[in-house]
Amino acid sequence: MDYATLLQILDSTLRLGTPLLLACLAGLFSERAGIFDIGLEGKMLMSAMASGAVAALSGSVWIGLGAGICASLILAGIHGLASITFRGNQLISGVALNFIASGITVLVAQALFGQGGRTPPLQGAARFNPIDLPFAEALSSVPVLGPFYAEVLSGHSILVYAALAAVPASWWLLYRTRFGLRLRAVGENPAAVDTAGVSVVGLRFAAVAITGVLCGIAGAYMATALQAGFGREMTAGRGYIALAALIFAKWRPWSALGATMLFGFFQALALRPDVVEGVVGRKVPVSLLDALPYILTVLVLAGFVGKAIPPRAGGQPYVKER
Amino acid sequence: MERLPKWADVALVPLISLLFAAVISALVILAIGKDPVEALNTMVTGALGSAYGWGYTLYYTTSFIFTGLAVTVAFHAGLFNIGGEGQAQLGGLGVALVCLALPWPHWTVALLAASLGAAAFGAAWAAIPAYLQAKRGSHIVITTIMFNYIGAALIVYMLVDVLRPAGQMDPATANFPKETELPTLNHIPGLNLIFEKGVPANVTLFIALAAAVAVWALLWHTRLGYQIRAFGKSEPAARYAGINPFRIIMISMLISGALSGLMSINNVMGEAGRLVQNSSEGAGFIGIAVALMGRNHPIGVVLAAVLFGFLYQGGAELGLWTSIPIELRTVVQGLVILFTGALDQMVRMLLAWVFSFRAQPRAA
Repeated sequence: MDYATLLQILDSTLRLGTPLLLACLAGLFSERAGIFDIGLEGKMLMSAMASGAVAALSGSVWIGLGAGICASLILAGIHGLASITFRGNQLISGVALNFIASGITVLVAQALFGQGGRTPPLQGAARFNPIDLPFAEALSSVPVLGPFYAEVLSGHSILVYAALAAVPASWWLLYRTRFGLRLRAVGENPAAVDTAGVSVVGLRFAAVAITGVLCGIAGAYMATALQAGFGREMTAGRGYIALAALIFAKWRPWSALGATMLFGFFQALALRPDVVEGVVGRKVPVSLLDALPYILTVLVLAGFVGKAIPPRAGGQPYVKER
Repeated sequence: MERLPKWADVALVPLISLLFAAVISALVILAIGKDPVEALNTMVTGALGSAYGWGYTLYYTTSFIFTGLAVTVAFHAGLFNIGGEGQAQLGGLGVALVCLALPWPHWTVALLAASLGAAAFGAAWAAIPAYLQAKRGSHIVITTIMFNYIGAALIVYMLVDVLRPAGQMDPATANFPKETELPTLNHIPGLNLIFEKGVPANVTLFIALAAAVAVWALLWHTRLGYQIRAFGKSEPAARYAGINPFRIIMISMLISGALSGLMSINNVMGEAGRLVQNSSEGAGFIGIAVALMGRNHPIGVVLAAVLFGFLYQGGAELGLWTSIPIELRTVVQGLVILFTGALDQMVRMLLAWVFSFRAQPRAA
């Protein structure tokens, strides 16, 4: 594998890692506040459909993005209602919302466009188009780093850079603000937060809402940047892979960046059978490559996580003492 | 909160949840510009209006009993097995390998061997996530989901590169020999008076019912069942009582996987007569809804399986006769899971509120 090929694969890594990163940060906020969210997948799918459909109808990708975030927020609201207000089983609520999203996206897309549950292909202003970073052309002649800057970092849509910026922003919000301190506390010891006179319910709903917004951006990225339109089941388990990355990252923002880019790299490899065959030295079945990201996810969960300690109050509804 | 009478908790809560799911589904149908009454009519006529319709409904019911029981057993051990789909597809591979391996003399022998194959492959596919949960603490929900994707890829590989007969275009195994064909309900003496036309429901239905009885006996009338339930209620307490967590996680997941795998005798051996891609068609996931709706009890599971059999066959009829996409089934399935599994407390609060009105005049 030469340097040019490596750059291509790293370029795909960033492209494919972005939705994972956004979804992973989404899960981070929710789980840090003590709410498990298996439903990242469904929220992304819902947002992908809503943003694809609205962008196609309005011709503006920004309106599409807004619609995607709204759609994702609705599911997040239901999840909050089930798991915070009515103290239901958070895992089951997430799974249920994934099924609802999986079905309803096809129903709505079919009712709107009649194209077998897809949205029409997006063009021009209805898509997030690649933007070149400054000096990409000029610097590309610098050895090693120049091509890396021009090929890998430059030429992505605005959402990729937004996702990267979300990493330090999340870190700052969680570790350097009063809100973040309280949010982390509510995932570890909600009773203490309650005693301090801060609303557990309010904090948890805020966390779930952040999750909704980030999943919404992830879904919109899938339909309007990574691909040109929504297709049924287009998220293909990315919400679950993001959850695995979250565990791998031990619920920390900077590690989340590393973990999701690793999984993005696996997905990029799966798209390049020629490279894998070149490295392995023999023919690899396509289905093995398809399964590769999932197999590696299991391996990571099984072996390399080390001791991952989830937020202590994760998954438990908070019952105020009477 | 007031306690509900037991009958209300057992019967009313699932029924009200179902009602909520039905109302929201009707709203969804309205929202996409279709007529919910017409939709319900089509579903009832198509699924329950004739012996032929029932033949399909019961065929789906058979699969859902197996997958519902699979989720139930794992639930009692406190484990959420979302991997039923992959386990069922691997079970299908087991059935196919058995059916194609030998010239079977009679369907009864083939059925016995295929059942073992299905159960073994299903259990094997559940064993790895179970081991990882028990030994490494890898979250079983995520690993079983990953194994669904891996299983689907494995089946594609087996069908495309290994089991496909030379010269065949579509990725599927060869047709199973005639001797392995299971009698459908219209071929069973007595039942053939009801089912005149050929239907897909077959003898596997009786195996499914037997499995429901076996699961009931296992969970409530054996030492192992007691240990499983104790472990599911409280791991520390079970540990203190000398119950080995590793053993319970492994055994309950193996049983769960075997039950999911067993559904494949119904669809792969009983209906298709060969293994195709995505043979289980989501039945593994339906098991979650069936188990929750059936309150994790075999009797409830069988009843809920009939309900979802109706939903599945009715949904297929919708896809056939109306322009409502077949994905409506997935929405209803999700709604049922949401209301019975996650918003059950809301339904209970609502019922308690209603009951408080009934109780007041008596107190006064």
